[in-house]
Amino acid sequence: MTTQRIDIAIVGGGLVGSALAWGMRALGPRLAVLDASDAHAASQGNFGLVWAQGKGLGMPAYVGWTIGSARAWPQLAHELRTHAGVDVALEQTGGLHPCLSQREMESRADRLERLHAQAGVERCDVRMLTRDEALARLPALGPDVAGGSFGALDGHCNPLRLLAALRTGLRRAGVVRTHCRVEAMAPSADGFRLLTDRGEVAAERVVVAAGRGTQRLAGMVGLSVPLVENSGEVLVLERMRRFLPFALETIRQTDEGAVLLGDSHEPRTDAALDVAVLGAIARRALRVIPALASAQVVRAWAASRVLTPDGFPVYAQSAAYPGAFAVACHSGVTLAAAHALELAPAILGGSLPAALAPFASGRFDHVRAAA
Amino acid sequence: MFARLPETGAEAVVVAIDGADFEARAGDSVAAALLASGRLASRATPVSGAPRGPFCLMGVCFDCLITIDGVPNQRACMVEVAPGMRIDTQQGAPPLGTGAA
Amino acid sequence: MKTCDVAVIGAGPAGLVAATTATSLGLSATVFDESASPGGQIYRAVTTTPVRRPELLGVDYWHGANLVRPFRASGAEYLPATTVWAAARGAEAFDLGVSGGRPGTRIGGTFAARTLLVATGAIERPLPFPGWTLPGVMTAGAVQGLLKSSALVPAGRVVLAGSGPLLWQVAWQLASAGVAIDRVLETIPRGRLAEAMRHAPGFMFSTYLARGLELIRAVRRRTDVVEHVAELQARGDGRVESVRFAVDGEWTEVPADLVVISHGVVPNVHLPAALGCGLEWNPDQSAFQPVADAWGGTTEEGVYVAGDVAGIAGAQAAEARGRLAALAIANALGRIDAARRDALAAPAQRALATALRGRRFLDALYRPSPEFLRPRGAVPVCRCEEVTADAAREAVRDGAVTLHALKSATRCGMGPCQGRSCLATAAELLADELGADCAALAPPSIRFPLRPVTLAEVAAWPSRADAEACVVRGE
Repeated sequence: MTTQRIDIAIVGGGLVGSALAWGMRALGPRLAVLDASDAHAASQGNFGLVWAQGKGLGMPAYVGWTIGSARAWPQLAHELRTHAGVDVALEQTGGLHPCLSQREMESRADRLERLHAQAGVERCDVRMLTRDEALARLPALGPDVAGGSFGALDGHCNPLRLLAALRTGLRRAGVVRTHCRVEAMAPSADGFRLLTDRGEVAAERVVVAAGRGTQRLAGMVGLSVPLVENSGEVLVLERMRRFLPFALETIRQTDEGAVLLGDSHEPRTDAALDVAVLGAIARRALRVIPALASAQVVRAWAASRVLTPDGFPVYAQSAAYPGAFAVACHSGVTLAAAHALELAPAILGGSLPAALAPFASGRFDHVRAAA
Repeated sequence: MFARLPETGAEAVVVAIDGADFEARAGDSVAAALLASGRLASRATPVSGAPRGPFCLMGVCFDCLITIDGVPNQRACMVEVAPGMRIDTQQGAPPLGTGAA
Repeated sequence: MKTCDVAVIGAGPAGLVAATTATSLGLSATVFDESASPGGQIYRAVTTTPVRRPELLGVDYWHGANLVRPFRASGAEYLPATTVWAAARGAEAFDLGVSGGRPGTRIGGTFAARTLLVATGAIERPLPFPGWTLPGVMTAGAVQGLLKSSALVPAGRVVLAGSGPLLWQVAWQLASAGVAIDRVLETIPRGRLAEAMRHAPGFMFSTYLARGLELIRAVRRRTDVVEHVAELQARGDGRVESVRFAVDGEWTEVPADLVVISHGVVPNVHLPAALGCGLEWNPDQSAFQPVADAWGGTTEEGVYVAGDVAGIAGAQAAEARGRLAALAIANALGRIDAARRDALAAPAQRALATALRGRRFLDALYRPSPEFLRPRGAVPVCRCEEVTADAAREAVRDGAVTLHALKSATRCGMGPCQGRSCLATAAELLADELGADCAALAPPSIRFPLRPVTLAEVAAWPSRADAEACVVRGE
């Protein structure tokens, strides 16, 4: 068996691995993306939001990291248009989190207040809208909508086109992409050896960004990345003339006109469809926009999320083998810009930025010790 | 394009296709009535605006989508004509809230 | 909610015989049929056709009435113009999401069934060529359906293209009805007949042989038949106006008002696939079909397949397979013991063996040539999302190495037809680019809804507490 020798191997070719590779594409053929292409991977089930509002309660560092990524997104979109020839349909015209009762309104306002009261956090441009204010922006809202919160920085893009754009761009940059499954990984004298079902790869550094596979793979290079079971389902409605001027947290209209409805949080990791959950999603969506009742549901899908116990990302560098990194996160679209433009250069430089120290996986050690 | 065989015995059913009365026959699908009226296309696609019309006539291909009694994106081949039915060829994607729940 | 013993989906020969057999053994059966009247595609409108000259449709067609009569008398519940858009396994039975009904008598909501007998038949094999999306290009089944249901026949300049028994049958029916067919463009490649001859001994005993040859001879007497057509193009502005075709690299263009195409049929597997039934690639027929035992039992308990959905075998085989599946269900539900099942099955098994004679020859002779199965260039492969063959091929080269990834990367199969019109082609293109065999591909993941239904209909699915909890946003 011949061994392929490269500088950096990224294990995982989904949105996270591909965005990191995009930020390192200057390496060309000295960078390889090893992709197992799981049919139900999170990247192929992503809802497509670029979303900052409401995120980071309990992890102040996450507030700035998310806002920074949302702000950097236009640059990433520009790069992909220029170098991959793909428009990922980024729209940052704001985002509405609708509330369906006074109780939900109060709970939402309280959450945002506590979030922004955290020490040292950057304030996100988000404010509560009354029912009338929300209606003025979106007349299609139903009578159950009590109001909501509106984030000015929020938006959405086409996540499948994002993945396709990254892959096309990486191919053009000469980055190697291999469809293979990494069976084993071990430190070696000059880096790491990765045993795959398609042969062996030797790399000076390795970045594990393998979605739900990260837990298994990171353990082989001295990193612990615990994940919890969580799946979601999404309904896709037929194309309609554009009527949503901005995204809602669980309803968005794509640039092609289709309307996506999501999303559920189900305590499982399989990607089977549960029609009863689809029914529940449909009922909730109809309370938000009743006129969708007559729209036709064309497709539905389920996918498992890459979710850590506290819901925040893991950015970790192995203490035992400093050339090994692990990245696990749920918001692969929102964070794509931060991953490509900030995290990737840092890993190229050999170490994680200090701002990401709170995201080390050591924060879960006490959880495991207690369990 | 299409002609009716003589002496079929099926009774006449008058429908309006794009506003004009047309005499279809009982048992005709909307697609059959459309073709019998001399029209091959039922719509322009929402993707490219290309014209499309009945293709498989067995409910599989969704090319014959058409607006029936104001409800867009109905399969013309799977709905039988009824007296007074309004059949309208359609352009692109429908607006929100135009269907029948 | 009432629970029936067996829900039969589809009312072609397999579904009709299965329902009749099941009720004769004391099982309760409900038949869900997308069509307005029983018969499936092969016996479409057999009880309602306005065609007054029976000989136009051929004796085989009228045999359908012999299946409908006992079915009507059987006591099986019949729901025409209804679509089963979802099915979920519950604790005791399957829940079926049902939509449709005739205007004014809409059927909606859920039905419960202890077993499912999927008899969804076949769909026409997609045959992408430049211009195949133009209005005026229609399938042979479509044109035949117009004749059966509405006594409509093509007028003007009519060109038929493709290969297979259905193409000849339609040609014969149209010619008999007095339609002048300008050309029949047959796409069997040179040398194929010789290849197929190794299966000829079986075909010599086939019931199809005599009648098939008679049809072909009758059409040839009246029509200009061009053989070995290797390439096709439909052209026109807003509708078809002409057809170009190439034989041995030489192109000819003929004017056309209607182009009727056929390259045989493939199993309509979406329902069993979405239920989780295993699929396998049938290399002789170049299509996916459910993995099934001799009784039609699939890899999912309680789910049976019969008729062409289980692999293309024709109407006579469908009757036998419908009866065998019904017997297996009666046995599984404890209505008859295995010995009685086997005794009742023997005649159907013999009939099936007879019906299958010659199938290998037909499959080998009419297998589309690689040029049609694996198109190149700007040919639309996915009619709904308008994805071209080149776009699909490029996506594979960019790393979309599974059917699922190919769909994600290109939208091929994401439109309202839910991939029925492009699945077979997508598999061929993927295999071609990978240099692999289609049999090595992971089958497609197919999900509910099986047909577009309104959001209100999805919202009407019975609620379940743990499912509701999954979408709570109270925080």
